[in-house]
Amino acid sequence: MADEEDDIVLSELDDDELVEQMFDDLYDGLKEEIEEGVNILLERGWQPYDILTKALVGGMTIVGKDFRDGILFVPEVLLAANAMKGGMAILKPLLVETGAPRVGKMVIGTVKGDIHDIGKNLVSMMMEGAGFEVVDLGINNPVESYLEALETEAPDILGMSALLTTTMPYMKVVIDTLVEKGLRDDYIVLVGGAPLNEEFGKAIGADAYCRDAAVAVETAKTFVARKHNQLAAG
Amino acid sequence: MCPAMTSLPDDTTLRTEGLDARGSGRVLVIGCGAIAREILAIRDRNGWSHLDLTCLPAILHNHPERITDAVRTAVTAHRADYETIFVAYADCGTGGQLEAACAEIGVEMIAGPHCYSFFEGNEVFAARDEITAFYLTDFLVRQFDAFVWKPLGLDRHPDLRDMYFAHYDRLVYQAQTDDPALTDKAKRCAERLGLPFERRMTGYGDLQDTLARWAQR
Repeated sequence: MADEEDDIVLSELDDDELVEQMFDDLYDGLKEEIEEGVNILLERGWQPYDILTKALVGGMTIVGKDFRDGILFVPEVLLAANAMKGGMAILKPLLVETGAPRVGKMVIGTVKGDIHDIGKNLVSMMMEGAGFEVVDLGINNPVESYLEALETEAPDILGMSALLTTTMPYMKVVIDTLVEKGLRDDYIVLVGGAPLNEEFGKAIGADAYCRDAAVAVETAKTFVARKHNQLAAG
Repeated sequence: MCPAMTSLPDDTTLRTEGLDARGSGRVLVIGCGAIAREILAIRDRNGWSHLDLTCLPAILHNHPERITDAVRTAVTAHRADYETIFVAYADCGTGGQLEAACAEIGVEMIAGPHCYSFFEGNEVFAARDEITAFYLTDFLVRQFDAFVWKPLGLDRHPDLRDMYFAHYDRLVYQAQTDDPALTDKAKRCAERLGLPFERRMTGYGDLQDTLARWAQR
């Protein structure tokens, strides 16, 4: 089996076979192979946005599904994400040049007191893959950082992440501050992190709790579309 | 055999199976397998023969979402056999769910967010306000591969290490006992994670005071 795989020459595959192979390579976390696949598709005249959505996001969606179903675990998802990151690094400047469609904008960050960013980074990457512009504030963000970014970036969505039960209550501090300042309804607030659940998301006044990166993308798309519809309806 | 003594299973058994109650005594402590050795040491040193201990598998430490139901089941299973039951868990990543369950079923648990906090003393730990320290206790040093290295996939993919630990700036070994060999092992754990090493002799911290209070009931 391994020998057979070793024999695969990506450039000899037709487009459909290559995309399928890239799904497998993403699943196996093979960064160099993903980078090679992206470059081959570019050479064949594929649009960067098509490579991103059809090959990379398509592959990561399978990874996300198997993670949710307990088939894959965090280390494997991280390897897959690292491989996708390799492909994204090639595509990102090209996406800017070619003016890929923009679905919306998100400011995202891990809350104060928390330095964990694996989940947040996955969400950022998948959101970018889905056509969102993402401003990543990094880790350990006090409410002031969020407020400043909301003011300067004017995003559609605020995303907050926490891994610790001791830090997740800080999300409510941020949301309460938004309410106090009369800003809460200006943003879609999405929250996520291992110890959270839907009940917690509701209790702190978030719009939604997202259990993983794939759910975050779908939830973000739904809320942004709803927001646009409301604006259109005037 | 002294009636107060309980033979302690090895760390692997504590990790995967926990510890069965001795079946005698009027007070039962239902605890985490990761602190079984410490609870028994405190109990036996103080001669609290009326205090029995059963432990849930220590590996629940890595699956906090399973702790509350497991504790609830254990309390129900032992309720008829003891006058009083205590729960030797802190919040331990349950996000207040264990506290709510304990209040509902009428049992007291350990105050604080987790064992790193109560070993150091909840007040001292909170005052430190450290967010960039990765903690290990005696048990977790001994079980480092089973609780940290393998579950994070670092045995298969050591290149993932910095994705997990890039934002940590040190490994703090909270020593419950003075054991040079264990300290050496903790130092090696820090090296493997690429983190500077710090050792703090905590002893049993708030666990000792909590058990003393429970033993008086």
